[in-house]
Amino acid sequence: MFKQIVTVLALVLAGNFAMADLTIEINKGKDDPVPIAIVPFGWQPGVAVAEDVASIIEMDLHRSGQFAPLSRGDMLGRPRNASEVYYRDWKSLGVDYVVVGSLTQDGPNALTANYELLDVNTQRVILTGTESVSVDKPRYLAHTVSDKIYEKLTNIRGAFRTQLLYVSAVREGGNRTRFRLLKSDIDGANESVLFDSREPIMAPTWAPDGKTIAYVSFETSRPAIYTQNLLTGVRKQLTSFRGLNSSPVFSPDGTQMAMVLSKDGSPDIYVMDLASGSLQQVTNHFAIDTEPAWMPDGKSLIFTSDRGGKPQIYKVQLGSGAVDRMTFIGDYNARARVLPDGLGLVLVHRNSGNFHIAVQDLKRNRVEILTTTNLDESPSVAPNASMLLYATQYDGKGVLAAVSIDGGVKYRLPSRFGDVREPAWSPFLQ
Amino acid sequence: MKYQAKNMFLGVAFFSVLLAGCASTDTDSSGQEGADTVSTYTESADANASAYDAQDMMNLETVFHFEFDQATLTAKARKALDAQIVRLKKTTGPVRLEGHADERGTREYNIALGERRANAVADYMAINGIPRYRIESVSYGEERPVAFGQSESTYSQNRRVELK
Repeated sequence: MFKQIVTVLALVLAGNFAMADLTIEINKGKDDPVPIAIVPFGWQPGVAVAEDVASIIEMDLHRSGQFAPLSRGDMLGRPRNASEVYYRDWKSLGVDYVVVGSLTQDGPNALTANYELLDVNTQRVILTGTESVSVDKPRYLAHTVSDKIYEKLTNIRGAFRTQLLYVSAVREGGNRTRFRLLKSDIDGANESVLFDSREPIMAPTWAPDGKTIAYVSFETSRPAIYTQNLLTGVRKQLTSFRGLNSSPVFSPDGTQMAMVLSKDGSPDIYVMDLASGSLQQVTNHFAIDTEPAWMPDGKSLIFTSDRGGKPQIYKVQLGSGAVDRMTFIGDYNARARVLPDGLGLVLVHRNSGNFHIAVQDLKRNRVEILTTTNLDESPSVAPNASMLLYATQYDGKGVLAAVSIDGGVKYRLPSRFGDVREPAWSPFLQ
Repeated sequence: MKYQAKNMFLGVAFFSVLLAGCASTDTDSSGQEGADTVSTYTESADANASAYDAQDMMNLETVFHFEFDQATLTAKARKALDAQIVRLKKTTGPVRLEGHADERGTREYNIALGERRANAVADYMAINGIPRYRIESVSYGEERPVAFGQSESTYSQNRRVELK
C-alpha cells in the first residue's frame, strides 16, 4: 500500500461562484498500480492553452487508483510523438506504458489533441487518437483522452467526463446556515452553484439523460420536490404534499420518478408519471418506508423500511406489489443503490455502532464493508461501476470521499468551505 | 434540585445543556431563543390573551427531547407538553411542530424519524384537546442541528421537537 497526496487545483472560472471548493487527496491506492508516463504535450507555436492537459490526464489516471504515473522530474526526455520515443529509456525507468501527444489550434473554435499510447514492453503503439473540443474546454479534452487510455488499458469504459452534484452547508452568523446545491466535474473542477437557499436542500439526483436534476428544497418552509433543467435553469415544483416530500429518483428510462410521501400518514413509496403527474402508491405500511432506488429494468424498486423493527432493504415489484426483504446481515442497512449490472447493492451498513459503506453481492448475499471511517452515508455509484462516492466526516467537517468497488482505492475530496454531503455521480454525459 | 425557581430560567437553560444526559432536573429547559419564540407566538395569539401568554411562554418548555431512535414521549416531555396544552387551549392560532433527529443514520431515514417525533407530539396534543386543524408537523431530519460535534450530549440536544 502506498500513500500519496495529490492536490488538484480546481479551475477557477470568472464569476461569482468560483470557490474551487474541492481538493482531492488520494489516501489509499491499489497495491500494484500500472506504471505509466504521461509526457507533457507539445504545443503548436503561438497556441496558449489555459490548462496543462497532460497533467490533468495524469491526475485522472492516478485518481482511478489503477495507475502510478511517473513524475515529470524523472523523465529522461519529452517526446511529442512515437517517432521521438526511445523505448530503452522508459524501460530503464520501469514504465509499462507511455502517452505522448501534441496540441494544435485550428481556428478559434477547435483545440485538437493528437496522442499515442505506447507499450514499452512490446515497443509498439497500441492506440492513436485525435480529439477536438472548443478552445475554452481544455479540461474536457484532457478527460476525453483519459477515457480513451483508461478504456484501452482496462477494458472498462472511462468515466472521467462525468460530473457530480452535492450539497454544501456553510454556517454563518447566529443560527443561520447557507445551503447550496453544487455541480462540478468529477475531479472537483468547474464548480457551479445551481441553487442557493437559507433553508435545507437535500437528495440531489440526476435524470438518466444528465440534462435534468431533481432535489428537495425547504424554501417554502416545508419540504417539496423540484426538478431543474441544467441547460435552461428552469425550475419546476413537482410536489408539495402535506408531510414528507423526499428521496426523488428518476426511473431508468426517465419517464417516472419514485419518491417518498407521508400525505396519508406514514412515509410510503410512490411513483409519479412525469408527463401526466399522476401518482401510484407502491408501498402501504405504518412503518417508515423510504430511500427508493430503481432496479435497472425499471420493474421493481428497492427501499429502506423499519417494518421489521430495524431499517433493512426490501424490494417491491411494481406490477404485483410483492415485497421481499433483501438484507439480513447487521441491524441497520439503509439508503441502498443498485450497481449498474443489477447484481449488487451499495448501502449504509452499521457495524459495532459505526456507519460504513458496504457492498452486497446479490447472487451470494455476501456483504463486504468498504470503508473504515464512521458516519459514512449517501453512496453513489459511477456509471462504469468502478468507484462510488459517499459522504463522511473528516476533521469535524462533512467531506466527500470515493472508494473503488473492490475497496482497493480510496480518495477524499475535502471541501475548503463548510460541510459537503450527498454526492450524486452523474450518468455518462457524452 | 436547587435550580427550580422560575426566575432562574436562563441559568436553568444553560445548566441543563451541560447536564443533559447525566442529571435530571424537573425544570429542564433547552437554550432556545425565548424572545424569538414569544414574538412569533404573540403574532398569532388572541389579542386579549397575548400579554399574559407571552409571560407564560417565557416559563414554558418549547423543545421536547427524545431518546435515540425513539419517537415516544418521555415523562419529562409529557409534563412540559401538558403545560403548553393548557396555554394553547386559551388561543386559536396555528401550532407548528418541527421534528429533528441526530446525525447518526441516513438523512432520509432521519427525516422520517423527525416526522414520527413531530407526529407523536401532535397526537398527544390532539388527544388532549387541541384541534388537529391547528397543528402542522414539519420534519427537518438532521438538517437543522442546534448542537455540533459527535458526543452523546450533542446528539441528545438535536433529537427534539420544537414548538413554534
